[in-house]
Amino acid sequence: MADITDTAAPVTSDTVARLKRSAEFVVMPAAALLLSAILFSIFLLILGKSPVQFFELLWRGGFGTWFSWQNTFIRASPLMLTALCVAIPARLGMVVIGGEGALTMGGFAAAAIAIPMISWAPTFLLLGVMVIASAIAGGIWMGIVGAVRHYRGVNETISSLLLFYIAVSILNFFVEGALRDPSDPNKPSTMPIGKENMIGNIPGTDVHWGLIFGILLCIVLYFVMNRTTFGFAARITGGNLRAAQAQGLPVGKLILISCAIAGAAAGLAGFFEIAAIHGKANASLVAGYGFTGILVSFLARHNPLVIIPVAIFLGGIAASGGLIQRRMDLPDATVLVLQGLIFVILLVSETLYGRFAIFRLKEATS
Amino acid sequence: MSIAAADQTQHDPSSKGIGVETLGVTKRFGSLVALDDVSIKVRPGSFHALLGENGAGKSTLVKCIMGVYRPTNGQIMVDGREAVIPNPRAAHALGLGMVYQHFTLVPSLTAAENLVISRANVPGIVNWSREHADLEAFLETTPFKVPLDIPVNGLSAGEKQKLEILKQLYLNQRFLILDEPTSVLTPDEADEILGLLKGLTDSGELTILMITHKFREVTGYADDVTVLRGGQMVGSGAVADLSVEDMSHMMIGDTKLREAAARAETSVPALVVELSGLNADDDEGLPALSDINLKVHAGEVVGIAGVSGNGQSELVEVLSGQRDRSAGQIKVYGANYEPVREKMDRFKVFGLSEEPLHNVAVPSMTVAENIAFRSFDKSPIASLWGWLHPAKMRSQARGLITAYRVKTPSTEEQIENLSGGNVQRAVLARELSGDVDILIVANPCFGLDFASVAEIRAQIMEQRNQGAAVLLIAEDLDEILELADTVAVMLEGEIAYTSPIGDTDRRAIGHAMAGAH
Repeated sequence: MADITDTAAPVTSDTVARLKRSAEFVVMPAAALLLSAILFSIFLLILGKSPVQFFELLWRGGFGTWFSWQNTFIRASPLMLTALCVAIPARLGMVVIGGEGALTMGGFAAAAIAIPMISWAPTFLLLGVMVIASAIAGGIWMGIVGAVRHYRGVNETISSLLLFYIAVSILNFFVEGALRDPSDPNKPSTMPIGKENMIGNIPGTDVHWGLIFGILLCIVLYFVMNRTTFGFAARITGGNLRAAQAQGLPVGKLILISCAIAGAAAGLAGFFEIAAIHGKANASLVAGYGFTGILVSFLARHNPLVIIPVAIFLGGIAASGGLIQRRMDLPDATVLVLQGLIFVILLVSETLYGRFAIFRLKEATS
Repeated sequence: MSIAAADQTQHDPSSKGIGVETLGVTKRFGSLVALDDVSIKVRPGSFHALLGENGAGKSTLVKCIMGVYRPTNGQIMVDGREAVIPNPRAAHALGLGMVYQHFTLVPSLTAAENLVISRANVPGIVNWSREHADLEAFLETTPFKVPLDIPVNGLSAGEKQKLEILKQLYLNQRFLILDEPTSVLTPDEADEILGLLKGLTDSGELTILMITHKFREVTGYADDVTVLRGGQMVGSGAVADLSVEDMSHMMIGDTKLREAAARAETSVPALVVELSGLNADDDEGLPALSDINLKVHAGEVVGIAGVSGNGQSELVEVLSGQRDRSAGQIKVYGANYEPVREKMDRFKVFGLSEEPLHNVAVPSMTVAENIAFRSFDKSPIASLWGWLHPAKMRSQARGLITAYRVKTPSTEEQIENLSGGNVQRAVLARELSGDVDILIVANPCFGLDFASVAEIRAQIMEQRNQGAAVLLIAEDLDEILELADTVAVMLEGEIAYTSPIGDTDRRAIGHAMAGAH
């Protein structure tokens, strides 16, 4: 048609265009949250409870006081790291749900490698070795997922989930067997790393340094994925594998490295759980942070920067569980129902992107 | 019930082709007017061609007739009576059938099974011996001959297309819409099938409305023609009264096309690409390429023709790194070549492909990002430690968008929101804006409008004239004839025929495509 004679239409302002596109990514999850809240209110009404009281307590338990904020932050820090374990592979088009397994392996490796060192090593050396061990263990764990996906075509969602069960079994096997601390008769655990070796809190708070580390890692990985050639190549691979191959990109390497980074992040979450909370590895390590991290990452649309506030938000919901249980006589798991509801509605909202004209740029005339 | 009634009229030898008429049909999708007051008349027992460029509204019109879309305004008349067609089932009940561009048969079932299951009222238990007898009797009444008892995936493309048509006749549809029915056929197969259809319309048993863009088929077989452009009916009449020039002028309007790409003489050719003993498997692990040997020289276009599905797509994938080869070598300037980024850059290897959004672009990334796929890891976009400079990426894109006339509201638009021609132009801008030594091109004009086709072919020819070695894989024989210096034909994963363009013609190539020697 007139294509050939016309010159290209004047290019509208890039900044406006980018803002308009971003608006959709804010409005859609917000609408999903609102709908979840409404449906959950109906659920509460059926139970004969007051939604108003619920959301008030949720606010108070998660964000109402300095005490609840600290509680929220403590839960948010592993969520940031496990959410990264979902977000980074997601940029390559992979849905990895086994962050809990990498967290478990990371925590277990940190606790296990500490055992022979506790008696003699200075704190900084011990913690340094533990950090490295947890990152490597988590990285290898997710690296396996990437490798079987790339070389054998095994679905990464299934393999990462199955590897989680294996990780828990490995933890239990050693904690109840060879590495069990005989001086603790109650709960099978490894030998404690000792109070003096624990990572301390941020001065003036009860929140450990994992929060700061989580925030920093989110920022660093945001720039890696969005402002480096590695991240760009990863996004091409995730957006269209055939296009990445046609550009001669090393697809296998990109998948392996991304999975290893993701696993290392979750493994470090395990390190902080050991070195800042539990002091030893036992079944308490498997607390569900890896699975809630999936929700965090999806809610943040796999954007590492957005993961920070979303992790705090969901950390707050989790933190309020106890208060809600006491005041409203609802089971602790009630907040899990809310989480599940948010996740399902969010996944549905994913399919609606691009359906609303208001977020579109002016149509190209063709 | 209507189904029972339809069944009783099945195989009625006295049935006649039915006429269809649209009166002022308009179809809007939101603010887009896809059809604007279109009235066409297809006489009973005629062979009617529907011409038009991509996006002219041909598909929308036939979908309105078939009940896939409801017209916003206007009426559809079937056999002289106004018909309300809310869904495709209603269209079938009226005797309207459609043969799609791509096959809709179940590959693992036999022809007989495909025919029987296509009926609306398949009984829970099929009496196969009786069905077979019925089918044999039915085949006697048609000129199409297809083996009934082998699975459809063992049939040739021509036989499959015949079976698609047979299916419609078997369902007693007396008005057939054919959507580019010959696009997957060799010229000989196309002539045979269109000839048989022509016989059926001449005897008045059938009415045909055929969507096409091949003038050869219009002048050879159609009685009447209607031309659509930009959603409007711009011309109609008996084919005998119209010249090809008239029809092509109606189709493209007053737009000036670029001249057919001019071929410059190139000097002493140097061997650039050599494929030796190339083998590869398809997705099912069956051999798709066997022992491909091919040479491409500087300033030469080697055109690979062939019926779709004879290994061409696997060959492109092997050369562009999307498929592993099982044996053989790719040599570039005598050195071993692997399709990895570093070698693509060193030997200046570039590519164009059909359906770029599927093959070589990332739909969810922006136009600027897609244009930067070749340059994102090089200065000036990337600096030390792989740090990206998006502003430089955007400014590079702005320059190329202007130079290649890519119509986009912004560099930040997701590329999937652009029209097909503009996506291909963006890819062209990315792949052809630098020095090109080797160009691998696969059906680059597939699904594009005339203006884009002419422009893209001219660009390819320009690269050749500047000394690039071009490997052109195309299903469209016209494209090969226009661009190639050397023609090769692929048949069942092998190179079955090669010839300099001067020593061959459409007929010889067509025979080689069909496997006749």
